[in-house]
Amino acid sequence: MRITLDQDRCCGAGTCVLTAPDVFDQDDDGIAVLLDAQPPAHLAAAVRDAAARCPAAAIRMEAE
Amino acid sequence: MADTSVHPTDQPGAQQPLPGLPRHRTCPFDPAPEYARLREDAPVSRIAFPGGGSGWLVTRYEDVRAMLADPRFSSRVGLTAPHVRPNPATLPEVPLPGALLRLDEPEHARYRRPVMRAFTVKRVQQLRPRIQQIVEERLDAMERAGGPVDLVAELALPVTSLVICELLGVSYDDRGTFQGLAGRILAVDASPEQSQQARQALGSFMAELVAAKRRTPGDDLISTLVAQADADPDGPLDDVALTVLGSLLLIAGHETTANMIALGTLTLLHHPDQLAALRGDPALADRAVEELLRYLTIIQFGLTRVATEDLTLGGQGIRAGEIVVASLPSANRDPGLGIDDPDRLDVTRGPSAHVAFGYGPHQCLGQQLARAELQTTLTSLFARFPGLRPAVSLDEAAFRDDMLIYGLHRLPVTW
Ligand code: HEM
Ligand code: SF4
Repeated sequence: MRITLDQDRCCGAGTCVLTAPDVFDQDDDGIAVLLDAQPPAHLAAAVRDAAARCPAAAIRMEAE
Repeated sequence: MADTSVHPTDQPGAQQPLPGLPRHRTCPFDPAPEYARLREDAPVSRIAFPGGGSGWLVTRYEDVRAMLADPRFSSRVGLTAPHVRPNPATLPEVPLPGALLRLDEPEHARYRRPVMRAFTVKRVQQLRPRIQQIVEERLDAMERAGGPVDLVAELALPVTSLVICELLGVSYDDRGTFQGLAGRILAVDASPEQSQQARQALGSFMAELVAAKRRTPGDDLISTLVAQADADPDGPLDDVALTVLGSLLLIAGHETTANMIALGTLTLLHHPDQLAALRGDPALADRAVEELLRYLTIIQFGLTRVATEDLTLGGQGIRAGEIVVASLPSANRDPGLGIDDPDRLDVTRGPSAHVAFGYGPHQCLGQQLARAELQTTLTSLFARFPGLRPAVSLDEAAFRDDMLIYGLHRLPVTW
């Protein structure tokens, strides 16, 4: 799985960081950053939840 | 938009009087039953507004999310709440700078970004020990006083007010002032003049604070924002924006969470199996809070937006200028949310993509803080008082059917 994050859309409420902390973090300004753009398969469910909960639809997942 | 009238489709010949927003709860923990029927039969339906005119009510999860993420729906209606208030449904004047709840992109983001940094997951994590300390102090005071005590006045409001005061740099001695103003701003039957007056009083209070922080900065968010503004005179923050932002944070930061604390407590007391599950496994605190947020959805009348062009939502045509209400309580009880039996409270469920904090670019900025306060307060309260119980019956409890934010005016408890 490959993840993309559109930082321009991010509104910084941090739901992705709560949901998948191994994959997402926030910079000092609150904008989400990707810690791992190709996370291991066991994190797929958490990433899917994060993408579904993101209020800005800023997270995309692509299967490889 | 030059034309500010918002009832273009009130045909004179229409036979059936339109229903209003469903407001009649048959159980204090559930939204009005009418919402379930609307989700089935008329997911985007026309409703009459109390002050005249009409608009649309959106009740399905999928449509609510689509609407709140769609830039063709403007936030300019803000908190005027024409769907519940007897105000004429006219759009307010141009929003003030910094009025996050009323601004659209790209302006909205210019004001949201400078404050986002104070509410990140990490920053809130650092506040947890202090939140815990504040909660313990209030529980000590309750224990000393002995029951019955009013949980709203003695725990819920003090905790959330103290936390936001320290964060912003507001003196807790001023709580009488801002708590009173919040009550007047959020009351459903406040006249436009009354809420305008309360807003102005809050604005003067905050303008004085901004001036004071410029003279004597402290280690707080208002001081940080003032410094940021002064360092960047061409930036978005001027004194009006600072005042408006500060006022919003102060009110949004204490009222909502205080109501969730009180209503969440009463809900758990009335669902002993759920309370037992939480007590048996304190690690469930984050799931329990998420579930209570969803189940109770205290932004009880939903969020209003205005369509900026003719469009279609959930198969229904909507015209430019019409006001549309996204019912958050209904969306969070819709099977379309993708959870089993959404009308059941289940503190063990995994996180859902609920909309208790809204959705889209305005989604609650303070949600991590709200979660931390709720988790800490509820866990510590039930640990401290194993015999906690309401000191009034459900019939006597003072539910806030009359406020934009649901919850309890008072909650006498004993132990
Ligand atoms: C349980 C508690 C809370 C609930 C249910 C709640 C709910 C909401 C909702 C539904 C919105 C979206 C409004 C819209 O889209 O028009 C919102 C926005 C907002 N909330 Fe909260 N809130 C809570 C706690 C807090 C706290 C503790 C703060 C702290 C400072 C806060 C600050 C804000 C701000 C500043 C906005 C405006 C964001 C924007 O328009 O960009 N809220 N809240
Ligand atoms: S959930 Fe979406 S909007 Fe929120 S911080 Fe993560 S990427 Fe940004």
